[in-house]
Amino acid sequence: MTTRGTSNGEAEPSGQGGKAAPAKRHEPEVPRAAVALPAEGVVLAERLSETLDSHDIEFGAAIDEVVCTVPADRLIDICQQLKDDPEFGFTYLRLLTVVDYLEQDGEFEVVYHLFSLANHHKMVVKTRIPERGASLPSVTGVWRGADWYEREMHDLFGVVFDGHPDLSPLVLPDDFEGFPGRKSYPLNDYGEW
Amino acid sequence: MVNPANLADNQASSQPGTVDMMVNMGPQHPATHGVFRMELRVDGEQILDLVPHVGYLHRGSEKLCEHELYSQIITLFDRFDYISNFNNELVIVAAVEKLMGVEAPPRAELIRMIMCEFNRIASHMLFYGTFAIDMGAITPVLYNFRDREKIQALFESVSGARMMHNYFRVGGIKEDVGDDFVARALALCDDLERGIDETDRLLTVNEIFVERTVGIGVISGEDALDWGLSGPVLRASGVPYDVRVDEPYSHYDEMDFGVPVGSAGDCWDRFYLRILEARESISIIRQAIALMEPGDTMAQIRRIARPPAGEVYAHCENPRGDLGVYIVSDGGERPYRLKVRPPSFCNLQALRDLTVGHYIADVVVILGTLDIVLGEVDR
Repeated sequence: MTTRGTSNGEAEPSGQGGKAAPAKRHEPEVPRAAVALPAEGVVLAERLSETLDSHDIEFGAAIDEVVCTVPADRLIDICQQLKDDPEFGFTYLRLLTVVDYLEQDGEFEVVYHLFSLANHHKMVVKTRIPERGASLPSVTGVWRGADWYEREMHDLFGVVFDGHPDLSPLVLPDDFEGFPGRKSYPLNDYGEW
Repeated sequence: MVNPANLADNQASSQPGTVDMMVNMGPQHPATHGVFRMELRVDGEQILDLVPHVGYLHRGSEKLCEHELYSQIITLFDRFDYISNFNNELVIVAAVEKLMGVEAPPRAELIRMIMCEFNRIASHMLFYGTFAIDMGAITPVLYNFRDREKIQALFESVSGARMMHNYFRVGGIKEDVGDDFVARALALCDDLERGIDETDRLLTVNEIFVERTVGIGVISGEDALDWGLSGPVLRASGVPYDVRVDEPYSHYDEMDFGVPVGSAGDCWDRFYLRILEARESISIIRQAIALMEPGDTMAQIRRIARPPAGEVYAHCENPRGDLGVYIVSDGGERPYRLKVRPPSFCNLQALRDLTVGHYIADVVVILGTLDIVLGEVDR
């Protein structure tokens, strides 16, 4: 298996031209993207921390978006509140995705990008789940548009969305084995068919 | 396939009756615009249920992107929505620029905008033609392809390729346009205006066309938002959401253009909205050309982009809707995670709701107005 790039710290042999990767050397600290929340983002972050029961919610920001990391068991309640409360009005689910951090800390991160047309603001909700029994409640009851996103993520990462109406394979063949979205799934290591 | 349960019922009651039938449509079917399969459960001609099957074109592109340099990813984005390549290139380039905090020089931004708007017209041109074919009108596509070919010729003169241009770069564009570009583009605008008017006259109020499209496949604005629809499909339902206005990128905030919004949310609205939208695009192109000044077309950045660690979501208004990309960077030369928000994928989800209760012939029309590109649905 060859893994090009993306390896954090641990230098792996590179598959390109059989050249061995340089031995571990002192890497400078990786710079982080600067946070530049717009004015309405700052207001939204304040309102969120006041309104939500925030003892176990982690607030942050990524470039121009407010980020809330919530525990998986409160996900549905918080999403429903974000949608129904006219102050937030997040009626539009832009994107749902899973990021694989199994190699780093054995967890998946599920990311929800929300947008409110009425109030014209945006935010990101995140939740982290461990690999073992990777499951979390489905948000299809809150936004119907989550349907295919969750099916696709179930195909590619093996994350189970409890309460989803139909988690049958969407983008992969019905008899496909393995979770090709995960970092541990090799990219080039397939046989002929 | 005859449903045995219904058959038994009918025999038991000894009354003449109908039986539900399963009809398979696709994946090799000209009206599905690619490899897309639908399982229809019909009562006579009427649709009782529809199950869409996608994934025939799944190439694992997002995983491929995670193994390529940022500059190499642009070529993969060309191949998602292969009808509107420039719009696709713009979103990945914009995302990396946002993450790195760099900006392309004004001339490069304007050229990108002009290319994207031309591409929007080319994409809509293809839509008018194929949509008319879906309903049995063979003539309009010939005119539309004639005009689309002129746009492709302009693209070829600028980027060297009719499709799959690989022209945008992180921080600018590959090279400046030629000396005759402005004259050619302006002449093309006039040509296209005539072409759009022609299509408008041929189709919009044609009696058969109106019969086939008005009141078919209606979706309310609220449902459309709930399903996460975007682009012309969402705006036809009366929701004025356009990324170019709501979160302006490039120089769209300096442009004076309208966002057409429908009211009925039916097939006719979705068609006519695209006619109006193409006219607005021509207006944007003319304004952008007027703003063009000589200057650099590439920002001073590293040859191999190496954005800082962090995450970014950038999105642009693609001819099909809100195309977004979410990148998680660990500070390396390749993204740690890359996820595309494909507008066709989201729009296609609503197909079942749109079609149930209509007739088989309407399925083709409704699917036509969603204007999907399977390369993007499956990735």
